[in-house]
Amino acid sequence: MSGYSASELMIVCAARALRGVRSVLVGVGLPNIACNLARRTVAPDLELVYESGVLGARPARLPLSIGDPTIISGARSVMPMPDLFQYLLQGGRIEVGLLGTAQIDRFGNLNTTVIGEYAAPDVRLPGSGGACEIALHARRTIIITRLSRRTFVEKLDFRTSPGHLELDGSRPPSGVARGGPGQVITDKALFTFDPESHEMCLQALYPGLTREEVCGHVAWPLKIADELSVVEPPGENELAIIREQLDSGGMYR
Amino acid sequence: MEDKLVDMRSAIAAYVQDGMTLAIEGFTAFICFAAAHEIIRQGRRGLTLARMTPDLVYDQMVAAGVAKKLIFSYLGNPGVGSLHCIRRAVEHSIPHELELEEYSHFGMVGRYIAGASQLPFYPLRSYSGTDLPRVNPAIRFIADPYEGTEIAVVPPLHPDVAILHAQRADRQGNTQAWGILGVQKEVAFASRKVIVVVEDVVDEEVIRADPNRTLIPGLVVDAVVHVPFGAHPSYVQGYYDRDNKMYQEWDDLSRDADRVQAWLQEWVYAVEDHQAYLDKLGASRLERLKPGSAPAHSIDYGVYR
Repeated sequence: MSGYSASELMIVCAARALRGVRSVLVGVGLPNIACNLARRTVAPDLELVYESGVLGARPARLPLSIGDPTIISGARSVMPMPDLFQYLLQGGRIEVGLLGTAQIDRFGNLNTTVIGEYAAPDVRLPGSGGACEIALHARRTIIITRLSRRTFVEKLDFRTSPGHLELDGSRPPSGVARGGPGQVITDKALFTFDPESHEMCLQALYPGLTREEVCGHVAWPLKIADELSVVEPPGENELAIIREQLDSGGMYR
Repeated sequence: MEDKLVDMRSAIAAYVQDGMTLAIEGFTAFICFAAAHEIIRQGRRGLTLARMTPDLVYDQMVAAGVAKKLIFSYLGNPGVGSLHCIRRAVEHSIPHELELEEYSHFGMVGRYIAGASQLPFYPLRSYSGTDLPRVNPAIRFIADPYEGTEIAVVPPLHPDVAILHAQRADRQGNTQAWGILGVQKEVAFASRKVIVVVEDVVDEEVIRADPNRTLIPGLVVDAVVHVPFGAHPSYVQGYYDRDNKMYQEWDDLSRDADRVQAWLQEWVYAVEDHQAYLDKLGASRLERLKPGSAPAHSIDYGVYR
């Protein structure tokens, strides 16, 4: 891979996945840059919504956290937290939720709570925050995480945020019209979910990677799409926007 | 009208007792470290600490040994990483065991709403297909009496004391805030006693000139404390930025329990009050945290005679 980093291609892939989307619930870091790239390319009407209650932010600097004061000044709206969770999320107004994770299983269920036993964890992770509700109420979710066997596990240590639930007999709460996880974007490949079985499925490889290499990073026997494709590398315009406007510090270079 | 203005030491001594449930709220913004440090200095023990995002403020309180339990929904150093002191307590019982009562953000929001409105529970469409109800028996499912389907419920939360930071209040406690409002209003109404801590104490007429900006009416406020920079190292919109350097330094030093105790000694126990803490930080560091100006256009409420 030359001319761009795997992180830059992740950003580009996440941005492309937001084509035509109008409302996205987003965190900071790489997903935030992806949303800003999408707004400048494939989704000009995209409204970024932060879990802190901010809509239509116009940050003057790269925000360090979702509560950074730079996202308040010049925003279109700042909602108290009950409004965000009751009306925007539970009210079904969020089209896409972007989620990160420490563990993911083949049905897109996520763990951000503990590694090991809950009562005596090896690693205590942050927990749900709003992730559980974003997973349940966004009309679809896109999961962004790096590909490794530690993350892509056979069985989660804890289920924090539901993926495609109906597989194990669980059902989403009544009155929730959700599509669940639609895509998983990693630094090596892209995955979708089979419309029938809801199982994660390798859809596209990053240039230069083989399916064997990707399968080696996944703890279960991975389903592979009939028409496995190769991801289109970042275009000049996409790279220029990232490097000149969104990541001028070069954190993802 | 009652004058509720008191100093921080008296407010904590009067309202925060061992074994109580305490909520120092504020979502990234408005986190009252001045109150937390005073609680540590006064040696409170056995507190149950409620907060959606425990942040550095509860990491420090847990390290200082004031807490027996956390009620929360996201354990992280926002934008930086982990809360190492809380992790040490959970993973290794250092300085002692810490009981956890864990929700999602919406669950915590619902608990405060139920608390504020004196409801027996708050229904929310959440938790189906997650492991949270398994580890927290307070999260339950009931039948919707209209549709017959199942819905999750969480119980009300009634903190004994809430400590809420804001830009300004009058001496009766009518409190105005702008920026990330989080659950500040809900916590105030849910709690038995409310201490507001403000950057500016203003005349009643300043409040009356913009009544829509009043987030917490003095009616539910017990004490007003005036502490400029009282939320440092978190921030107050329009007054000062988050001191990200301190958040990042905490990530490093808090990995070592001995260094944390040394930090608490130097920055909490050995300083008399928040003013002494600010003096120790130095005026130039505080000056650098002040933002430029971005005033709102003024609005006209009209005069109706």
